[in-house]
Amino acid sequence: MTEVKTAAIPTVQHASAPAIPLTQRLPQTKGWKELVRDIWDDNPTFRMILAMCPTMGATNMAINGMAQGLATLIATVASSVTVAALRNIIPSEVRLPSYMIIIAFWVTIVDIFLRAYLPPLSAALGPYVPLIITNCFVLGRAEAFASQNSPGLSALDALGVGLGFTMSLTLLGIVRELLGFGSLFGIQIFSGWTPWVVMIIPAGAFLLVGLYVGIVKHFSPGGQIGGGA
Amino acid sequence: MDIFLIVLGAILTNNILLTTFLGICPFIGVSGEYASASGMGMAVIFVLTMTLPANWLIKHFVLDPLGVGYLSLIVYIVTIAFLVQVVEMFMKRFLPALYSSLGIFLPLITVNCAILGGVLFAIATWNLGFMESVAYGFGGGVGWALAIILMAAIRERLRFAPIPEGLKGPGIALIIAGLMAMSFVGFSGMINIRDFGG
Repeated sequence: MTEVKTAAIPTVQHASAPAIPLTQRLPQTKGWKELVRDIWDDNPTFRMILAMCPTMGATNMAINGMAQGLATLIATVASSVTVAALRNIIPSEVRLPSYMIIIAFWVTIVDIFLRAYLPPLSAALGPYVPLIITNCFVLGRAEAFASQNSPGLSALDALGVGLGFTMSLTLLGIVRELLGFGSLFGIQIFSGWTPWVVMIIPAGAFLLVGLYVGIVKHFSPGGQIGGGA
Repeated sequence: MDIFLIVLGAILTNNILLTTFLGICPFIGVSGEYASASGMGMAVIFVLTMTLPANWLIKHFVLDPLGVGYLSLIVYIVTIAFLVQVVEMFMKRFLPALYSSLGIFLPLITVNCAILGGVLFAIATWNLGFMESVAYGFGGGVGWALAIILMAAIRERLRFAPIPEGLKGPGIALIIAGLMAMSFVGFSGMINIRDFGG
């Protein structure tokens, strides 16, 4: 989280700022509020029920879930910053196709990078990395936030969504790998474990995400639960 | 015979929604009502059957000869967006009755991962031939429509069921989808679309 804090500081450099310690000053900043709201209150997976394809397709192992989350994070931040930087140039009539092309460009870069430097991981994730293009919240952040805000604030907003998404996917991957293989990040935890086959097959993904959504809603019923297209 | 097997396989054994998780967001979001679920299902069948062969032709006659495979993602998504727009305009002009029932779902289709996902699986991962791609596009659409219509029918019954507060809405829908996926496991192994690839 340290790099997140340093990234948030520039937004509070006004006259009275230096007198207050950082720990009290930080939660008051706009960037920090966006970040926390996106990670928890509007968590893309368990709150908004967005981006379900990679959430289920890429979480049979903890490492896959984490990699998919980080790939999405990078693509989201890069796309949001690009859209925010070009927000005064793109005519509003053609903004959605333009956003799609910007997102497709960044996802292509992430996909080629993974194929070149981490081929086993790229093979394990398969088409779910290219499918970040149709990830509802990447376009959602571009349209709802980056098209009206500065690149810096848009980067924080995208970072919050990306971190919330990475957290959710890693959590799902940990549970599925632990119950399905008895291991964690490839290290055997339970010896002589009888694998729960249901956790590895698609059915387990649906059941587990459904349970998580129920648990999150049960313990903090306040926020909205989405279910968009 | 192969074509028939691929259509059947795309519906049952390689169901695009229940085995490869494509198009779950609209599956959860639009399955609340039977009428809108069947509308969305028809729109997916229509668009998937058109975009798969179109992207197949683009890959084999434009991208591969020019050696610009790295542009494939951008070209696929632009083609999908373009075709959806054309279908929408065509329907509005010549099939107004169909347009009034499917029209609102068409713009949503561009960001439906079932379309891009179907293209990526059939063309990039499995490397199917042209007729096989058409069959997979149609079968995949029918399989997706089957799943969302089944789900909508179940959810209409659920309105009167005593569900725990936290699970109401998307939670219980996902768990039902899990049970459906489990029953579809019964079909697995009959046909494997991967075997038809080159």
